[in-house]
Amino acid sequence: MNTGFDWVALAEYSAIGLLSGGLLALVALGFVLIYKGTGVINFAMGEFMMLGAYFFYTANVMWKLPTVVALPLTLVAVALVAALIERVLLRPLSGQPVISVLMATIGLASALHGGVDALWGGNNYEMPALLPRKPLTPGDILIPGQLFWSFVLAAFVIAAFTLYFRYSKTGIAMRAAASDPMTAYVLGIDVRRTQALTWMFAGVVGAVAGIVVASMTSLSPALGGAALGVLAVIILGGLDSIAGAIVAGLIVGLIESLTAAYLGGKVRDIVPYATVLIILLIRPYGLFGTRQIERL
Amino acid sequence: MAPPVLQTADIHLGFGGIKALSGVTLAAQAGQITAIIGPNGAGKTSLFNAISGFYKPQQGRVVFEGRDITGQGPAKRAALGLARTFQNVALFRGMSVLDNIKLGGHTRLHANPLSALWYLGPARREEAALRREIEREVIDFLEIDHVRNQSVASLPYGLQKRVELARALAMRPKVLMLDEPVAGMNREETEDMARFILDIQEERGITVLLIEHDMGLVMDISNHVVVLNFGMVIGEGTPAQVRHQSDVVRAYLGGTATVGAGA
Amino acid sequence: MRIGDFRASYAQDEALWPTRVQQSCLVALAVALLMLPLGVNGYVVGLACMVGIHCIAAAGLNIMTGYTGLISLGHAAFMGVGCYAAAWAAQRGVPTLLTLLWAGGLAALLGIVVGLPSLRIKGLYLAVATLAMQFLLVYVFREWDSVTGGVRGVNVPNAHILGFELLNDQRMYYLILPVAALMLVGARNLFRTRVGRAFIAIRDKDISAEVLGIDLLHYKLASFALGSFYAGVAGALLGYFYRAMTPEYFTLQLSIFYLAAIIVGGLGSMLGTILGAVFMTLVPEILRAIVALVAQWAPRATEVLSPMQQLVFGLLIMGFLVFEPHGLLEIWRRLRRSFHLWPFRS
Repeated sequence: MNTGFDWVALAEYSAIGLLSGGLLALVALGFVLIYKGTGVINFAMGEFMMLGAYFFYTANVMWKLPTVVALPLTLVAVALVAALIERVLLRPLSGQPVISVLMATIGLASALHGGVDALWGGNNYEMPALLPRKPLTPGDILIPGQLFWSFVLAAFVIAAFTLYFRYSKTGIAMRAAASDPMTAYVLGIDVRRTQALTWMFAGVVGAVAGIVVASMTSLSPALGGAALGVLAVIILGGLDSIAGAIVAGLIVGLIESLTAAYLGGKVRDIVPYATVLIILLIRPYGLFGTRQIERL
Repeated sequence: MAPPVLQTADIHLGFGGIKALSGVTLAAQAGQITAIIGPNGAGKTSLFNAISGFYKPQQGRVVFEGRDITGQGPAKRAALGLARTFQNVALFRGMSVLDNIKLGGHTRLHANPLSALWYLGPARREEAALRREIEREVIDFLEIDHVRNQSVASLPYGLQKRVELARALAMRPKVLMLDEPVAGMNREETEDMARFILDIQEERGITVLLIEHDMGLVMDISNHVVVLNFGMVIGEGTPAQVRHQSDVVRAYLGGTATVGAGA
Repeated sequence: MRIGDFRASYAQDEALWPTRVQQSCLVALAVALLMLPLGVNGYVVGLACMVGIHCIAAAGLNIMTGYTGLISLGHAAFMGVGCYAAAWAAQRGVPTLLTLLWAGGLAALLGIVVGLPSLRIKGLYLAVATLAMQFLLVYVFREWDSVTGGVRGVNVPNAHILGFELLNDQRMYYLILPVAALMLVGARNLFRTRVGRAFIAIRDKDISAEVLGIDLLHYKLASFALGSFYAGVAGALLGYFYRAMTPEYFTLQLSIFYLAAIIVGGLGSMLGTILGAVFMTLVPEILRAIVALVAQWAPRATEVLSPMQQLVFGLLIMGFLVFEPHGLLEIWRRLRRSFHLWPFRS
């Protein structure tokens, strides 16, 4: 009779949790990009994930284009949609109070969700596996292959973006435009273009995450709801911190995995929401977020 | 001499690495106009914010009518009789002039959500009384009756500042703090505002604390002037005295001319 | 053309309907509303009942979001709380009007509990907290079998006033109409007092509000509680109207529906609330008619009704925020102004 605590299981659940946190961090990155870049709180990140997954499905499965073609096509398409959204929705609203823009992104999320659901139908579709399926077995624990590689991919994308923002000319321009648009204008930075770029990047990041998640689970409109769990990550990490998004992603992934494992499947549904509420109670500005000091 | 109605005692205020105020002690005598002057970044608005209760000083006290209010929040200080205006006009853009001014009377009214929903009875009575009082004491006085039902967003800047003053007056304050009341105004508007401030002091006995850059205004109407620079008091006294103090002169002009001489 | 419209006293200036013309219009409207069920068929009466319920719920959301600037994505869940509370009470024989108060009160209490932690921090956080509440509450509705009947739902006995049973839509109409009218006028009254002004002040510039003596947390909680009270009452009436309810009704989509209603109608205005409620009640009906029409050629069309609604709600929200941020109210006001000046143009 096994009376000892199952350390192996704990290690396995923990590993799985941390790895799935990678994808959460990736989506959170998209959100932080938009917030840092344009000050907009984008409630429609989950819908960008949906767009990415559904566009890829259409290109790869319905039109039977090879992955090598379908993937870039999808990313370009999502980037264009994101740029369109920035131009048509966000730009006319610049200068409006924060809650107006917030409500606009809520409306955007609803419209995108409904549109995708209406066009493609509500059924579950099967996505091709893009990442190697072979599980890894360090020691006694079993890690699904796709999960591991999704983490690697997420880490790679996050690292690439961080470096880009820090060192490339466009990246620096984007940061300048984000922190002080007026001065950026005066210095010759095309603020409008950087804001459009910001949205395009965020869209691409969300699309990648969406494609990966869909290929690991299945393609359905419920994908849009997945990002609601990301809200917990964003809040915990602080709205404007990429580092925060990363750490928070790992933590939330861990929490979700452990609670699902030890408290059962039903509870799993509401874990993200309960997590959010607890975080808001204890540490609303998150781990790394800058507390706003208003200029009076 | 009677104790000052408002005092700060050795206020130290810092944000992160920046020290905004270092040991600021000042006193505003009842019924007098005390002006706070100093170059930009000297800490004048930070001092106001500390007195209002938005910033908690790391050290030092704020004393109002002999009571230590350092631990109290802005809303409580308002109820005690402390009113202020802001550097960037802080009116409520979604409301009319009249509604903005009525908000000044907030602490003196008593309606709660239940009585407000029903409205007939006590809520209506106190609203009527407030309206009459505001019309008489504030709107007439500041000559803004012609715009009372307009939305504040549509008013020219000078009128907006006057409405903000009206709102502060509607609080029937004991101490009125004005942060750059004539910033951006032309000569005529400045003289009007000066007249209003003097009337407020003389007719209503309200103590006025004033941050201003317009030296002409400061020298003309203040009873007492406090000079701040780098978060410290570097001079104080009557306008005439301060004008010649060398520290003050150096802070503003870097030379030996007198401050406000040409005003 | 408006001539001779002047106010002879402050009281007259403060009145809701100061001119004779406005007062007569109001009386005419009241008469028309009272006579409505006599002149139209049952379908329209049912719609009218829904409009009334939507008005109450939207008024509550407008108080919170339109006037005070607190975004709530959990409004539907609070309606659910009111509905289940009403079902519980009605099944135990509590008189209808008391049940309405109980439903509203419970929802308000929950609003205070949810609001206490989340109202200390700004905009986005409250939206996220209410979103979390929306899902958590629906989860509770589904799982708490003993009280809510779980996924199967709950039955609500007929409403009754002083022993008079409200057996059909027509009779429910005469309950919903006065309740809605009272609650709308009540909400409008709020903004003639310091309470409502404080709400608007908090929305526009909360720092200024503090300096005027307004205790931010106290008033934000009051706003949230009031809005939740309205949601609870609307939910209770919904239960009485449908005589049964399941958790599937109170979804995020419904919360967004009400958000669309107040944006379309006009944030921060009770007339806007009414316009928005009427408009948004008609939108699903029109969509349903369109889909039914299209289904003649494309039978699968009926499946897209729900996502179509989501799409349309989202487009309405975005469209109005960009093109007509003050909503239908602004269009109405423009019409009135041109009326007042006719035959002059401006």
